[in-house]
Amino acid sequence: MSGTNGQWPLYEIFVRSKRGLNHVHVGSLRAADDRMALTHARDLYTRRNEGVSVWAVRSDDIAASTPDEKDPFFEPSGDKVYRHPTFYDIPADVPHI
Amino acid sequence: MSDDHIHLSLAEAGGADGDARWAFGTGFADPLHGVATALPEGVDGRALAACCTALGDDALVAAQRLAQWCTRAPELEEEVALANIGLDLLGQARLLYARAGQADGTGRGEDAYAYFRDAEAFRNVRLVELPGGDFAFCVGRILVQSAWRLALFEKLAGCADPVLAAVAAKGVKELAYHRQYAAEWVVRLGDGTEESHRRMQAAWDQLTPWLAELYEDEVAEGFGVSARSVAEATRAVLAQVAEAAGLTDAQAAPVPGSGRAGDRTEHLEPLLAELQVVARAHPEGTW
Amino acid sequence: MSSSASPSPDGAAERPQERLHPQEHTHLQEHFDRTIAKDQRIEPRDWMPEGYRKTLVRQIAQHAHSEIIGMQPEGDWITRAPSLRRKAILFAKVQDEAGHGLYLYSAAETLGADRQDLTERLIEGRQKYSSIFNYPTPTFADVGVIGWFVDGAAICNQVPLCRSSYGPYARAMVRVCKEESFHQRQGYELLMTMMRGTEEQRAMVQDAVDRWWWPSLMMFGPPDEDSPNSAQSMAWRIKRHSNDELRQKFVDMTVPQAEKLGVTLPDPELRWNEERGQHDFGRPDFTELMRVIKGDGPCNAERVGRRRTAHEEGAWVREAAAAHAAKQARREEKEHAA
Repeated sequence: MSGTNGQWPLYEIFVRSKRGLNHVHVGSLRAADDRMALTHARDLYTRRNEGVSVWAVRSDDIAASTPDEKDPFFEPSGDKVYRHPTFYDIPADVPHI
Repeated sequence: MSDDHIHLSLAEAGGADGDARWAFGTGFADPLHGVATALPEGVDGRALAACCTALGDDALVAAQRLAQWCTRAPELEEEVALANIGLDLLGQARLLYARAGQADGTGRGEDAYAYFRDAEAFRNVRLVELPGGDFAFCVGRILVQSAWRLALFEKLAGCADPVLAAVAAKGVKELAYHRQYAAEWVVRLGDGTEESHRRMQAAWDQLTPWLAELYEDEVAEGFGVSARSVAEATRAVLAQVAEAAGLTDAQAAPVPGSGRAGDRTEHLEPLLAELQVVARAHPEGTW
Repeated sequence: MSSSASPSPDGAAERPQERLHPQEHTHLQEHFDRTIAKDQRIEPRDWMPEGYRKTLVRQIAQHAHSEIIGMQPEGDWITRAPSLRRKAILFAKVQDEAGHGLYLYSAAETLGADRQDLTERLIEGRQKYSSIFNYPTPTFADVGVIGWFVDGAAICNQVPLCRSSYGPYARAMVRVCKEESFHQRQGYELLMTMMRGTEEQRAMVQDAVDRWWWPSLMMFGPPDEDSPNSAQSMAWRIKRHSNDELRQKFVDMTVPQAEKLGVTLPDPELRWNEERGQHDFGRPDFTELMRVIKGDGPCNAERVGRRRTAHEEGAWVREAAAAHAAKQARREEKEHAA
């Protein structure tokens, strides 16, 4: 619940800026409940027509990796070079790749 | 220094995600784009002007009250939300005044209506004039205003004047959000703590005597809006919110008189004095 | 710094450094230094030296406070703006400032700071905000000059911070800077319009320019030789240019704009220096700057007082919302149980 003096919990906000794109983390805000988090997110992070969809997630509900785990967590993919586009040698005159 | 051209370095820093957020006014559609402004056959220009002026006055005075909240909101997020609502209403007022000026044949611009009419000439409902009060009164009034105006605009969006219809259609989306924002807050405050309940109930009691004026308002009767159906829709919304918020309806006698007929509270004159002070001090000025 | 009631997943994990083995500490420090040296970003859950974290929290908080207090001098003109167009522009601008404050508080919270705590530091006078907002705004021309000078100076200060070494701060600054370009333009445009108006209006503009020029130059802080912490901040890349460099840039940027506008900048020493390829200009009164920063400016008490009142009078609202959310959660639990 909220902290002292009625301080509202922190929410992380994710905005889909247009159809076809992922929701992207844009920042956080404080709100007393989920509804308020969404209305605040609309007001704060989409004032300039930036979004078509918003997610609000309680910050303490997010499970996050810690930097200490970095090696075991992220290194295994480091050697999967075939996942990276630069692995593939494409002649320069092939368009749109 | 590598930041010599601020705009270039901004573009780099911001990546390629377009310039829709660049500056105020970009990425926005003109709400009246492609709408014919000629007065259609069978629409009475004077009646249309009167309707637009009255609805414009409601919006302008309400926006001014919200502007007075600026830097005084209970939380920064609410600061942003109240400003959004104020800006929407201000936008509605500007479009309505512009249409009034076209319809009454004077060609007056929006500022002539806002800055160079005295309190006696305003035709807003008196609810919007009442002083700011506390946050409970603020959200309570937004709820009443927006529930009523939304019901009215939903009907007005189909009216015979294409400009007024387009303004109303745009307003419907805005007002639906205002109503949601305010309803959520009324419920929170009604349910929250003993103090917030007491304040919300007091605000509700203070608003009640001014409702009759809204329910009887026939300003848009000539444009396909029946006062009775708007009143019914508004009552239903308010009853639903009041129940969720645990508020009880007081049996208060309506305040006599009508803002639409030119009756004013003592609060409008000082409000307009503030609004008009600079414009009137420099009548030849350009801004 | 008190820990947050609900720590951000981005929040600095509580990792008391004394528990670290000295060798591990060296290892972390080296990793941090390498990241900075490569001009890469430090992210919230990365290890960082305590001094870096503290300095950043202070810098970001001051910046956030400045946005919030900065709403007041102009916000007072929203209700009196002389045209509906200007009213809408100003309303939107002041609203943006609240938004910028929120972006920045949110960046500070990723460092383990807590907004409530930062707000209390502001209203108790324990944390500062930009000295510029302690000057009064007696005429509507001030709205234009604030946009032109103050937002112009802010852009000079902030654009380099889009490349700050701390990721969340840099990202917040990108948003802020994009939005602030409108702020500066609306100010300059207002002044251009007023200069085309009546004689009285032109005099209003010149008067506002006279009053805001020197305080605007002071916004960049004390001269480099009196700015002892700058070197460390530059090394950490949370400050990218020195105070005097930025001040010079602002002057060079503003002089041609003033000429176009037809106003005189109130500095008899101001002239183009062919040799340096920059303008020479007079020295701002830095004793005044120190006085205003310490709380003795024309409007310090009023600005902080209003922020305190809003915060205190809002307490019952914030509590009510929290209480409602708690009740609602209990009701839902009961429903699930039933």
